[in-house]
Formats: sequence, structure tokens, C-alpha cells
Amino acid sequence: MQRPIATTRSATGIPTGRLAVWWVIASEIVIFGGLLASYLMHRLGHPEFGNYAAYTNTYIGAFNTFVLLTSSLSAVLAHNAAEAKDGVKAAKYLLGTCFGGLVFACVKAYEWNYEISQGFTLTTNAFWSFYYTAAGLHACHVIGGCIIMLILYPDVKKGKELQRVELIGNYWHFVDIVWIFLFPLLYIAK
Amino acid sequence: MAEPAQESESHGAEDHGHGHDDHHQESWFIHYCWSTDHKMIAMQYMFTGMAMAIIGGFMAYVFRMQLAFPGIEVPGFGQVSPTEYNSLVTNHGAIMIFWVAMPVLIAAFGNYLIPLMLGCDDMVFPRLNRLSYQIFLISAIVLLGSFFVEGGAFGGAWTAYPPLSSKAEYNMTPLGAPLWVIAVGLEFVAFLLGGINFVTTAMNSRAPGMKMFDIPIVIWMIVIASILFMASVGPLIAGAIMLVFDQTAGTGFFDPDKGGDPVLWQHLFWFFGHPEVYVVLLPAVGIVAEIITVFSRKKLFGYKTVIFTALATGLLSFFVWAHHQFISGIDPRMANVFTVTTVLISVPIAEMMFVYIATLYGGSIRLTTPMLWALSFIFAFIIGGVTGIFLGASGSDIYFHDTYFVLAHFHYTFYPIAILSVFAGVTYWYPKMFGTMLNETLGKIHFWLTFIPYNCIFIPLFMLGLGGQHRRIWSYENFPELARPEYYALREFATISLVIMLLAQFIFIFNFFWSLKSGKKAGANPWKACTLEWTTDQTPPGHGNWKELPTCYRGPYEFSVPGREKDYWPQNEPEPEPEPSAS
Ligand code: HEM
Ligand SMILES: [Cu+2]
Repeated sequence: MQRPIATTRSATGIPTGRLAVWWVIASEIVIFGGLLASYLMHRLGHPEFGNYAAYTNTYIGAFNTFVLLTSSLSAVLAHNAAEAKDGVKAAKYLLGTCFGGLVFACVKAYEWNYEISQGFTLTTNAFWSFYYTAAGLHACHVIGGCIIMLILYPDVKKGKELQRVELIGNYWHFVDIVWIFLFPLLYIAK
Repeated sequence: MAEPAQESESHGAEDHGHGHDDHHQESWFIHYCWSTDHKMIAMQYMFTGMAMAIIGGFMAYVFRMQLAFPGIEVPGFGQVSPTEYNSLVTNHGAIMIFWVAMPVLIAAFGNYLIPLMLGCDDMVFPRLNRLSYQIFLISAIVLLGSFFVEGGAFGGAWTAYPPLSSKAEYNMTPLGAPLWVIAVGLEFVAFLLGGINFVTTAMNSRAPGMKMFDIPIVIWMIVIASILFMASVGPLIAGAIMLVFDQTAGTGFFDPDKGGDPVLWQHLFWFFGHPEVYVVLLPAVGIVAEIITVFSRKKLFGYKTVIFTALATGLLSFFVWAHHQFISGIDPRMANVFTVTTVLISVPIAEMMFVYIATLYGGSIRLTTPMLWALSFIFAFIIGGVTGIFLGASGSDIYFHDTYFVLAHFHYTFYPIAILSVFAGVTYWYPKMFGTMLNETLGKIHFWLTFIPYNCIFIPLFMLGLGGQHRRIWSYENFPELARPEYYALREFATISLVIMLLAQFIFIFNFFWSLKSGKKAGANPWKACTLEWTTDQTPPGHGNWKELPTCYRGPYEFSVPGREKDYWPQNEPEPEPEPSAS
């Protein structure tokens, strides 16, 4: 497919790809915003949620926060390398970010496995329903981001489409920030 | 979903094999079903939307027959059971909003007009555009498919309030209910993806020289509507996930027994639902704006006013949602706040209507078919807006809520939007889309046979609503005070009007296809309009729209400019050379 001339124009001066990613992020913000606002309303009306939250493992949550922040750092470094037109290095850092995502997902799997074995499932009560739904939706975003990065990897390595490194990085920071909200809401507030 | 993915690969391979320029040889399938051309995608949306409108209209016919003549064997359907009645009204509403108004007004007109009116060759993300249509199509198939699963289609009203929607033992549609939510969710995703294209194309790909305030109103409206949609739908997507979990996994987000809250759904739904009515309204008023300026041969009165009122409406529409919940047990002090915001939001909307009337005032009005539709839009919408104020006042709404008064109110708003403005737009742009003119006589007959019966349907429903007739009731036989002959007379009158109106649509269908073949050739600019879509080299525009993309020199509505020979001044016409003697 030929690229339309429309693609090459930039009346605002902002690259079209960046506008598109901001659009995706904005629509995701309202989706998570709606979910978290619903949770907060419940949380405020149900003090007993604190007792259920006590069963979550803050250490594991903190560790995962650390993992995600590190992977975001790697995304920033990838962006820097892409700015410097160093595709090989950018690709390497992208893999680093991806690895962070993978670790996050594995830790999550272990954590859920444990919790389910303790009898806390999606249907136990509203707190656990929110817990699994919000964290699960977030985890889907982590995995989705990793898959996109792997798809971008070959081109970036060849030094092509380097602007995409910044775009996936923006998305990744967003995923990171969602977790920064989820972690205190689901784990810390007891 | 697996199949399209495969095809995309094979298409990619083919692309490399043949090179780019041989789109004449592309197969039927690639041309009509796998195209990335914005005009073809617009047609796909339009014809899917129209097909859905026929299905939705048929549903209306069936349940109106049941209401006027309870227990009758409806010709073409048979007896209507209470369950069937419920799924018909539910899906009629959902189809008309999500599968007719949205695809036709936003996606079809948006896809067709944005590149053409902005002077570029396509949307900026053509493959994303194709994907959005495909997701939309799947959503329509899921919705219609839900009629054929065990238990039948969902019947818990288009607002899908839990617990009715969340528990199969209440709604008795164990499969239909989740399928309905999934279909609506997919439709949302399709329009979120579509919105990327609408907004980025309008922001970045305008013709050289086209400034922000040179963009035609309808494009502004589609863009604002897309943003409004994006900003309001998120919480409902979250809500839909929760609802599907409640339905299928046994969670209790909306179940007080399990620590959930059913009213939460109402908030999530209406936080989206009210902005949504403006999502479909704005493109409609945009279409009407284009048409009334062209056929008044006058500059739009207050171009910027329309844009700013649209922005104000959009903003305010996030603060009125609880006017749908006045009797859901919300705090009466909250109800007061929402009464005030609801009355406030009618100010910008009224202002917009005044702008249109001022545009008409003193113009040389041409009553062509598109103009008739546009004028009827203004007439009907004013009735809808005014009745909305009665509903917005919590005091009166306690009585009106969930009666046919509400139903008539929103058919005086949605009907102008989804039907009147769509016909206005289709009859106006038909010459550009297909290269021939629609027959005016048939067009006018169709107009009057739609517009008069339309009023005859819904004015009686206002009266029935004031008389206490509750919505969503299969048969009034068990309500002695509602089963009186006067009431039945009104119901029968409305139903017969509906049948007449539906039959009149065959005139349009005939005109549409007859004019394709036998209509007179349209030429590039039959209405003598100024906007860029009328300046393409070919009509209908070919691949890439222009051989050389146009440059824009002025605003979109330069009609009857003093001192000029012609009464319109196309946006792409260069300024005349300044006279040397003038200095
Ligand atoms: C943009 C055009 C409009 C559309 C498409 C529209 C659509 C609707 C719909 C679909 C409903 C019924 C929802 C249901 O219960 O199923 C409704 C109810 C309502 N509308 Fe509108 N409306 C529009 C404009 C307005 C305006 C301008 C106002 C007020 C100034 C208004 C005020 C209300 C109120 C208060 C209700 C709730 C009534 C009740 O349920 O008791 N609407 N509208
Ligand atoms: Cu509303």
C-alpha cells in the first residue's frame, strides 16, 4: 500500500504518529480512570475493603513497581539512542524494556497463583473482583506493549522507523503510571 | 477474526508482487471489501448503516403493531411474545444509536468528507481505517447473531441496567445479554480507532493555506464529536468489562449482596450516554450548517459562534448525566445541581439554532430536497430541545420519567439526527458520491411522506406520555386506565403513521438506485458550493481525489461576496491579481 500524501503533511507541526499515540493514551486514561473511580467510590463506602487488602503482598507489589520503573528507564534510553540514530542500541534497550515487562508478568502470575490457592478469587467479593479486574487489565497492557516492541524490534535494529521507539516509549510510560496508581490503591491502602 | 489476519498477509504479499499502480486489476474482493480508500470505507459504513436502519425500522414496525393491536399476528413476523417484545425494543434503540447514527453520521460522512473537504488524498492511517470498519462489521454481526442463540437476544433495555442485565435468572437471556454487551463494546473500539484518523487527519493534513478557521463546520463537528466520544466512553468500557464479568464469571460489581452497587452502572452509562447524544448531534448540525448556507446563498451567520457553542456543549455535556437518574434514589441536592446544568446546556444549543435561523434570514432560499431535510431538522430538533427542559427540571421529571413523554422527547432529537440530517447529507452529497443527481420530484415526495407521518407518530406519544403511559410495556391490557379506547386510538394512529412512513422509504430506495443509472449527470459542483470536495477533477472523485492536491485561499462560506460576478467563491480559487491602477 502506498502511503497517502496526507501522511506527509503536518499542519500542527506535531508528527501525526505522536498525535495518534496521544489519542490512544488519552482513551486509555479514561478507561482506567473509570475503573479506578468506580473502585474508589466502593472503597470509600466499604471500610472493610481495607481488611481484604491486607491479604495482598506489598513486597511483591513494590518489587514489581521497581521492575516497571526500571523498564521505563530502559525505554527512555532507547529513545535517546533512537534520537542519536543508533538503531542497534535502541533495539537493545527495547529488548531490555521487554524483559522488564516479562519479569513483571511472571511475578504477577506467581502472586496470583498464590492468592488463588489461598481462596481469594475473582468472585470472592467486590474488593477481589476489582483487584483482579484492574490488575488484569493492566497486565494485558503490559503484555500487549511487549508484543508491539517485539514487532518493532527488527525494523528498529536496521535503523528504520526510529520515531516508533519514542511512540512505544510513551505508551510504556503510560502503562507504568497506571501501575503507580494501582499499587497504592490495591496494595498499600489497608 | 483469524481469517482477516491471514488475508492481510496475502494481500501484503500481493502488493509487493504487482506494484502499486494497477488498482484497476484488483479483484472484486479487494476493491469492495479490502480497500483502504477513504471513500470506499465511507460507503461500507453508509451501506452497513442503512441496512441496519432497515432492520431497526422493521423492529419498530413489529413492536408498534403489538402496542396498537395487542396479540395480533404481525404480518411478516407473527405473534409477539413479551420476551420478543423486550428484545425488539432493546435492540431497536441500540441499533439506531450505535449501528445507524454513529456509523452513518460520524464514520460515513467523516470518512468521505474529511479528506475531500480538507484537500488531501486519504486519511492518514488508511489501514487503521479499514480495521475500524471491520471491527464495526463484526460488532454488527455479533449483535444480530444474538437473536439466534438460545434464549434469544437481550431484552433489558438499551440502557442495560443491572440487576436485570447482569443476572440471567432475571433477563432470561444467558447468552444474549453478554453478546449484547460485547457487541456494544466492539463498536466502541471501532469508533475509538476511527477517531484517531478523524482527529489526526483534520489536525495535520489540511490543504496548504487552510487555517483552523477555514475548516468547514461539519469537519469541526465530526472532530469535536470524536473527541467527546473518546473522553466519555472510557468509563463505560470499564463498566462493560465489569458487567460481562458479572454476567459470565459471577462477580458482584453491581450486586449489593457481594458488596457491589447497581447505581454505579447508571453513572457509568449516563456519563457516557449524555455526551453520546451530542456525539451524534454535532455531526448532524454540521451537515445542516453546510446545507443551509449553500441553499441560502449566504455566509454562515457566526461561523465561530457555532464552533464555540459546540465546544461549550461538549464540555457541559459531561455535567448533566444524572438528569437520567432523578428517581434512581440520588440525593435531591444533587438533583438540583443537575437540573441547573441541564438547563444551562440548552443555552449553547439554542444559540446554535438561532445562528441557523439568522443564516436563513434574508437569504435567497432554494427549497431543494436537501434543504427541506435540513429545515425539517431545525424544526423537529427545536421541539426535542424544548421538551428536554421539562425533563431536566427534576420536579416535573419525577412524573415524566420513563413515560412516553421521554420517548417522544428523544425521538424529536434522535430522529432529526439519525434520519432527517442523514437524508439531508445523503441527498446533498449524492451527486459527488455517485456522479448523478437524485430525482427532485421523487425526493420531495419522499420528504413529505417521511416528515408528516413522523410527526404523526410522535405527537400522539407525547400525549400518551402525559396521560401516564409507561415505557417498555408489552401490552396495556392489564392496565385498565391505560387500556381505554381513547388511548388505543392514539396508539393506532401512531402505528399507522409509522407504517406509512416506512413504506415511503421505498421511494427513496427506488430513487437512489434509479438515479444511479438514469439520473442526470451532476458535474463537479451542481450546488455551486465553495468547499473543496466540489473541486475534484472527476466526479465521483477517483483514486487520490485530485491529480494535484488543491491549495486553500479562504473560508468555506464565501457566498454572495459583494463585487464578485459569481455568487460563490470556491476555497481553492486564487486571489485575483491586484489591479495595478488601484494604488
Ligand atoms: C442532542 C439531542 C438530544 C438527544 C439525542 C437526547 C436523547 C435523549 C434520550 C435517548 C433520552 C432517554 C434515555 C432513556 O431513558 O432511555 C433522553 C432523556 C432526557 N433528555 Fe434528552 N436528548 C437530547 C437533548 C436534550 C436536551 C437539550 C435536554 C435538556 C435541556 C435533554 C434532557 C433530557 C432529560 C432530562 C432526559 C431524562 C428524562 C427521563 O428519563 O426522565 N435532552 N434524551
Ligand atoms: Cu441526557
